[in-house]
Amino acid sequence: MIYSKKVLQHFRSPHNYGEIKNPDGVGEAGNIVCGDVMSLYLKMKKVGKKELIIDEVKFKTYGCAAAIATSSAITDLVRGKTIEEALKLSKNDIIEFLEDLPPIKIHCSILAIDALDEAIYKYLIDQKKPISQDLQKKHERIEQGRKLIEERYKKWMTKK
Amino acid sequence: MKKIYLDYAATTPVDPRVLKEMMSYFSKKFANTISLHEMGQIASNAVENSRKIIASFINAKAEEIYFTSSASESNNLALKGVAFGNREKEKNHIIISSIEHDCVLESSRWLQRQGFKVDELDVDKYGFIKINQLKKLINKSTVLVSVIHGNNEIGTIQNIGVIGKICREKGVYFHTDASQSLGKVKIDVEKMSIDLLTASSHKIYGPKGAAILYVKKGVIIEPIIHGGGHEKGLRSSTINVPAIIGMKKAIEILQKEGKKENKKLEKLRDLLIKGILENIKGTRLNGHLIKRLSNNANISFPSIEGESLLMELNFEGVEVSTGSACSSRNLMPSHVLMALGAKPQTAHGSIRLSVGRFTTEEEVKKAIKVFIKVVNKLKQFSPFKI
Repeated sequence: MIYSKKVLQHFRSPHNYGEIKNPDGVGEAGNIVCGDVMSLYLKMKKVGKKELIIDEVKFKTYGCAAAIATSSAITDLVRGKTIEEALKLSKNDIIEFLEDLPPIKIHCSILAIDALDEAIYKYLIDQKKPISQDLQKKHERIEQGRKLIEERYKKWMTKK
Repeated sequence: MKKIYLDYAATTPVDPRVLKEMMSYFSKKFANTISLHEMGQIASNAVENSRKIIASFINAKAEEIYFTSSASESNNLALKGVAFGNREKEKNHIIISSIEHDCVLESSRWLQRQGFKVDELDVDKYGFIKINQLKKLINKSTVLVSVIHGNNEIGTIQNIGVIGKICREKGVYFHTDASQSLGKVKIDVEKMSIDLLTASSHKIYGPKGAAILYVKKGVIIEPIIHGGGHEKGLRSSTINVPAIIGMKKAIEILQKEGKKENKKLEKLRDLLIKGILENIKGTRLNGHLIKRLSNNANISFPSIEGESLLMELNFEGVEVSTGSACSSRNLMPSHVLMALGAKPQTAHGSIRLSVGRFTTEEEVKKAIKVFIKVVNKLKQFSPFKI
């Protein structure tokens, strides 16, 4: 397995790591059972009269080199984007941005997208704003995945 | 930057003395050992001499040593060969431990698919098998028990003398994978009641491509490689003479220097363990503190995943291994750490460090500093506080 130069750059010097105090939205993805846990923090800003953009974004990630790199990549990709634009991002945008990921690490790009979608979902819920059908579906899929893992590995996760 | 290699358990460099001894067997004394001409006899005599020397190192007879290409092959042969060799006597049950190397695990899973019954022994938190469970599991249809001697990941040294005795009393064959332990723990196949034993050349400063399976006289075993009848028909294939000569030389060196070397390794290993455990908060040693291979340290880092730690260490010039990369198959960490009952965070954040013949105290001290630096850097990205 060989990482691209860009993956290694983002792993060694990740952009925007840390937490945001009083974030507008926090998204969590992954599970310690699988060895990846990602938290993504968003801060929104109004531009002009109506438009809202993602002004600040930070991450905290436990995971392999690819997980750190995809975390860094997603922060670069969403900064300055509107919610609509951010929701259009897919795992392929991350893979392209990082100049490829090894096949067994593709799940790390999904992890980053899930964390982003969750952060936006939480923000919209907090603001009592409408949630698109598409986002609702994504959220439910992520929740379902979480529950599935928690059920399957319940004994192991609650181990002392 | 000069690299600090702390991955001797993965493989070792060939000792210059070994390489020197091998050289003439590549292009001068290159003949096939089954050729009847003089050159063939020279090669054959050299191999037979090696067989004797290797046999005596584990108190076996020369005719009980079979050369193979690798420990994986030896382990495959031991499991599949004994299983198929005894199938007609309604012996279809095999017992292995839950912390075997993948080649034993996968061989037993394959045998399961062929209709054999396989049981896995649980281990305690240090990685020792549960003797009572072994006694209970052995039944009339049991043909083979296979338990790894020195574990490749956590370094725990199994009490194989006790296991061997139980197997001998119950009339079942006992195989042990001694790939990591040969030269580090004294092995006596007679005293330890071992029927089959795997050992490898490239873990003891010999070349890759040579290994042995010791098969006690009288053990019924079928070949898995059929052909021209080399190795008394148990393992056909033209004999890899230079590699075997290398393995022999590697063992001669161990015979002379092994005791002293192990003392040195233990000192370096303990320095490394102490340096990391005392300086990095939350770290813990996996395996047993004393009953462990002289070269092995396996340490868990609570807030950092193993692969990212390995990668960053690599950039800083320290080469180690992880059994816990979130890669392959199902994203699950090392089956060995899981069997020990490690929590997910412990299992995913573990690193195996192994010192060796050419490791120096300066290197170990420098490696500890690098560990502290790298952990401090990576902790900044982690959501876990410790």
